[in-house]
Amino acid sequence: MAQWETTESAVTRIRLNQKDGAPLYLQLMNQLKYLMASGRLQPGEELPPIRVLAERLVVNPSTIARAYRELEIERLVEKRSTHGTFVSDVGSPLAEIEQRRILIDRVDALLVEAKQFRVSTPGVIELIQERDAVLTEGNLVK
Amino acid sequence: MTQILEINGLTKRFGEKTALRNVSLSLAKGKVLGLIGENGAGKTTIIKHILGSYIPQEGSVRVFGLDPVKDPAGVLGNVGYLAEEDGLPGWMRVYELQRYFQGFYQNWDQAYAEDLREKFKIDRKAIIKQLSKGQRARVGLMAALAYRPELLLLDEPSSGLDPIVRREILTSIVRAVANENRTVLFSSHLLSEIELVADQVAMIREGEILFCDTLDNVKQSNRRITLRFNAVRTSAPEIGEALNWEGYGQEWSCLYSGNTATLEASVSLLDAKVVEESWLTLDEIFHARSAPKVEHA
Repeated sequence: MAQWETTESAVTRIRLNQKDGAPLYLQLMNQLKYLMASGRLQPGEELPPIRVLAERLVVNPSTIARAYRELEIERLVEKRSTHGTFVSDVGSPLAEIEQRRILIDRVDALLVEAKQFRVSTPGVIELIQERDAVLTEGNLVK
Repeated sequence: MTQILEINGLTKRFGEKTALRNVSLSLAKGKVLGLIGENGAGKTTIIKHILGSYIPQEGSVRVFGLDPVKDPAGVLGNVGYLAEEDGLPGWMRVYELQRYFQGFYQNWDQAYAEDLREKFKIDRKAIIKQLSKGQRARVGLMAALAYRPELLLLDEPSSGLDPIVRREILTSIVRAVANENRTVLFSSHLLSEIELVADQVAMIREGEILFCDTLDNVKQSNRRITLRFNAVRTSAPEIGEALNWEGYGQEWSCLYSGNTATLEASVSLLDAKVVEESWLTLDEIFHARSAPKVEHA
């Protein structure tokens, strides 16, 4: 059984949000990028065929084709031979940009909360270092 | 690209009332066209012309290059039709309906029909009129799909059906397009469904086509832009390609159809800047476009 037919593939967790007006191909691109950036889609992993994903998400196949095509232009995925779209092996700078964007979102949220709690930015940095030490130690114990 | 459907300058009057005015539409093979518009806007009238039930008063209708009025066999033999009100013979049992269609359509694929029937969990011995509305819609869908028509016409197929049946209908559309390169025209007032499966969208209002374009272009040309002006304004600014202004004071927003660079240039001349740019759902676009035109000051 191909991996996208099992519930283990990260792609099966993609949900398109219809309340968000963003074009569906863009939503799909962003979610695939997120999965790649967070490592849940690994380099070399095959994406579901267009028809399979179209049927699963109940969207027009051209929407999936467009998302794959745009990702291919950004070199995040590549077509091999005539069929099959795979996550690129090359460490794409775009993946890094995407990773940075994910981190920026989290950091922004953290800073907003810290402001509300009246914790200064150096205080936040201190806390981050503290937690980093705890997590690192935790890993060592394990 | 092969055109499956071509409507040119179609006009239809019922007595005093003009039901369709100069309607032109075309649909290429393998595409899904979503027809949107309020009740009574003319969606069903267009579909009846495609089926050859109405004779065009002006203009022309061609399906597979054929005139559906002059060549009903050539057209209807290759068109699958699912209407809001099902036209199924209620006294028949499901298997009798299958046999009846089998005799009617050369391409009827009984194995596929049975496949669909089982998937939809319909009892083959059930009498059609005793089925629930959802089950009858499934029988209608089975009948429309099982002879693998080149063109599928779905007129408000989801109307009054529960989400599960609606999803099955949408999945069937996706499957027909993805696996068999069929062409689909469907009308729905559920714009979120159109947004999921359509390549192209035609919006009809009072018998006229307001726009007919790819879904991507429709989305691209109906973004909501919010501007912040350095000074308070008492009236909406005038900017090309912008409409439906609303706002007050320093913040005004509009539907914008041009490109962002052009906008930024014209906005800076007005001593303002773009503070927000967002996408609209098809539903929001529809409501913005179908609102009565606001008088310009």
